[in-house]
Amino acid sequence: MSTTTVAHHDEHHDDHPTGIMRWLTTTNHKDIGTMYLTFSLVMFLVGGSMILGIRAELFKPGLQLMNPEFFNQLIGVHALIMIFAALMPAATGFANWMLPLQIGAPDMALPRLNNWGFWILPPSAILLTLPFTLALFGVGDGALATGWTFYPPLSVQGGIGVDFAIFAVHLLGISSVLGSINIIVTIYNMRAPGMTLMKMPMFAWGWLITAFLLIATIPVLAGAVTMLLTDRHFGTHFFDAAGGGDPIMFQHLFWFFGHPEVYILLLPVWGFIPQILQTFSRKPMYGYKAQVYSLWSIGALAVVVWAHHFFTAGMPVPALLYFMYSTMAISLPLAVLFYCWIRTMWKGSMSFETPMLFTVGWIILFGIGGLTGLVLADVAADAQYHNSYFVVAHFHYTLFAGGIMGIMAGVYYWLPKMTGHMYNEKLGKTHFWLTAISFNVTFIPQFFVGLAGMPRRIPDYALQFAEFNMISTVGAFVLGLSQLLFVYIILSCVKGGKKATDNVWEGAQGLEWTLPSPPPYHSFTEQPVVK
Amino acid sequence: MASHSENHYFVPHGSIYPALISVGLLSMASGFVFNVTGSDTRLDGSIKNPALSYLATPGKYMMYLGLAIILTMMFKWLSTVVTESITGQYKKWEDKSFRIGMIVFICSEVAFFAAFFGALFYMRVLSVPDLASYAPDITPYKDFLSAWPSQGPGGTVLGEAYKPNPEFHPMSWSGLPLINTLLLLSSGATITWAHWGLIKNNRKQLIIGLFLTIALGVTFLCCQAAEYHHAYTEMGLTLKSGAYGATFFMLTGFHGFHVTIGTLMLIVIWLRSIKGHFTPEHHFGFEGVAWYWHFVDVVWLGLYIFVYML
Repeated sequence: MSTTTVAHHDEHHDDHPTGIMRWLTTTNHKDIGTMYLTFSLVMFLVGGSMILGIRAELFKPGLQLMNPEFFNQLIGVHALIMIFAALMPAATGFANWMLPLQIGAPDMALPRLNNWGFWILPPSAILLTLPFTLALFGVGDGALATGWTFYPPLSVQGGIGVDFAIFAVHLLGISSVLGSINIIVTIYNMRAPGMTLMKMPMFAWGWLITAFLLIATIPVLAGAVTMLLTDRHFGTHFFDAAGGGDPIMFQHLFWFFGHPEVYILLLPVWGFIPQILQTFSRKPMYGYKAQVYSLWSIGALAVVVWAHHFFTAGMPVPALLYFMYSTMAISLPLAVLFYCWIRTMWKGSMSFETPMLFTVGWIILFGIGGLTGLVLADVAADAQYHNSYFVVAHFHYTLFAGGIMGIMAGVYYWLPKMTGHMYNEKLGKTHFWLTAISFNVTFIPQFFVGLAGMPRRIPDYALQFAEFNMISTVGAFVLGLSQLLFVYIILSCVKGGKKATDNVWEGAQGLEWTLPSPPPYHSFTEQPVVK
Repeated sequence: MASHSENHYFVPHGSIYPALISVGLLSMASGFVFNVTGSDTRLDGSIKNPALSYLATPGKYMMYLGLAIILTMMFKWLSTVVTESITGQYKKWEDKSFRIGMIVFICSEVAFFAAFFGALFYMRVLSVPDLASYAPDITPYKDFLSAWPSQGPGGTVLGEAYKPNPEFHPMSWSGLPLINTLLLLSSGATITWAHWGLIKNNRKQLIIGLFLTIALGVTFLCCQAAEYHHAYTEMGLTLKSGAYGATFFMLTGFHGFHVTIGTLMLIVIWLRSIKGHFTPEHHFGFEGVAWYWHFVDVVWLGLYIFVYML
């Protein structure tokens, strides 16, 4: 994309503390990025083991392992953890690690704020899971049992778990807003001389739009859960018809945040996927401008389509039509993106290392997620599919395949740069095939049971769904266990392995590949000039 | 390429304060939950969870502890930043970061208020008229008329009867709210006058202008306290007064909270002005607070139009 002159010295040795104090006090973007990514991996395993409990319960009809209340709690906390504590921190971790390297900045623009943004996360994870522990000591009845969406009146009636979840969401929101401020400032103010906006790496574009979406929508979620809190404890009637309020208003407020949240999770991935594609296709990215404009249009459309999440809750027909058509309009820029991704590979001299395998798998599986979303956006069809396992399968294709598998592609792509070692390619490929196959074994059956009418979030089900649920559970356990391989690959790559070259991948382009692997603690203390 | 010193971005040394603020947040949030769980009452005043009422007191102390940690650590953190600023660590490049950061932060605050304005519009335009529009033979709200201000039709909330207060009066746009509008608008003018003083290097004008702004802010808060007192004691208007009460107190309450924060920030930059920390070229601290104050001002105008007047 651009040629560069690089000047980096490591002349700058602040004495920074060692041990735990290094991590608690750090202002270094690489340290903070590492903490985000580690936190994300840990919470990914925590959230994953919760859902294995759910799948075990659903292995056969009837109630075997847990009571329905606990089942509901696991579902809600699984979703909140996966969204807020696994996917979002992973994307922020990459932003911390890679943005300054990619745009030639000495560090993130607001380093202490950056550190605070991370250290809010562990307390909010504690708040989210504490009610489970408290219930063991007879305080309250466990975590929130409303699902991650907090719908009233259930959430107004719920116990102590809802309160803890409200504050967990508040803290996660503060963390996201701080992270977004930092990323926006970094992108606008810290780019290397000569790097105009339209020369920025796609990952920076993806994150810039993500950050704007977070700034616009996270505070609305904060407002919504604050109203919930006052409805619960201080006698307001926001979500109660007796006082003139409306429970459906909560759904509007929640999904005004909740739908952009989908793009918040995906836009950073759409940023680095084209970079991976161009590396392993050994060709320049196809349609850079088209991709940037598509990302912007998706970002803009994201905030005006929210009500398609509750078509069946009741709204006037014009509103139904508007939200249906605007939702379907998102598929247009997304189709442009898909076209550009495929066109980048077209006639390239492709090779299939693990990151590329994940990326190609990602394109196919995320494509399925997108197409089933189009089906759900259809008002008439949605009346049938709403609240069924079809929805569950759909959003796992977008958020597990489209989100987490994309993140995994990024991990394999950048791990050699971060650690200075190559990961074990054979194990990496094994991890990909295990993940891709078991993911499909888990979720394809859910499309079918959903179409046949199995409702989500219910611990018991009718006998005719038994076989498909059994298959789904077996798939889920293979999927879960194969992530232990992922952890092993990462740990052994951190410990040692073949030395990675500076460029790591043959066709890799961009400023981050001009630095040594691993990059020095302070990179680009003097900015490179981009021509 | 520029020389090293101009091209060098100040990456601050590590700090333990952010992590400790997070500990404070954890303590305050969980303390709050314990406190409300233990002390929650029904409409008739009885405790909701008698078995958990022992949580109320420890929860309260956890909240105080958390708040104390947060305030102390913020004070120390900001002191470090002020020291770095007056020892000349922040140059043009860093200054621009702070400016963009403050603008983005204020945008997020706008989105927060938008949620509550959204709730107000939704109730006025959609949910209250809807509740009054059911066919007479099926409606549970027979005598309910669609009008604003509304306390809602009344009914059962979580097993407790809720009745609109017949003594209820909505807040008028004249009187104290009008005075408050004038107070805040003038404070916007005085802080701009102070800014002119700062740019002209007229420190007296700066200090007097800031003092006037603080005085106007404090007067505003006193008037608002009086207004709330009047609402609770004489107008039958409380947080529990249905749709109107909820939106009125949440909107004006969060605004008042922001005015309080803004006034504290004004006091800090006033003291810093007296100490001579700001120069005509280098005064982001002042401008950041001024922007925030103008933001609070604009939110009030929205409130005054949509909550009080219309």
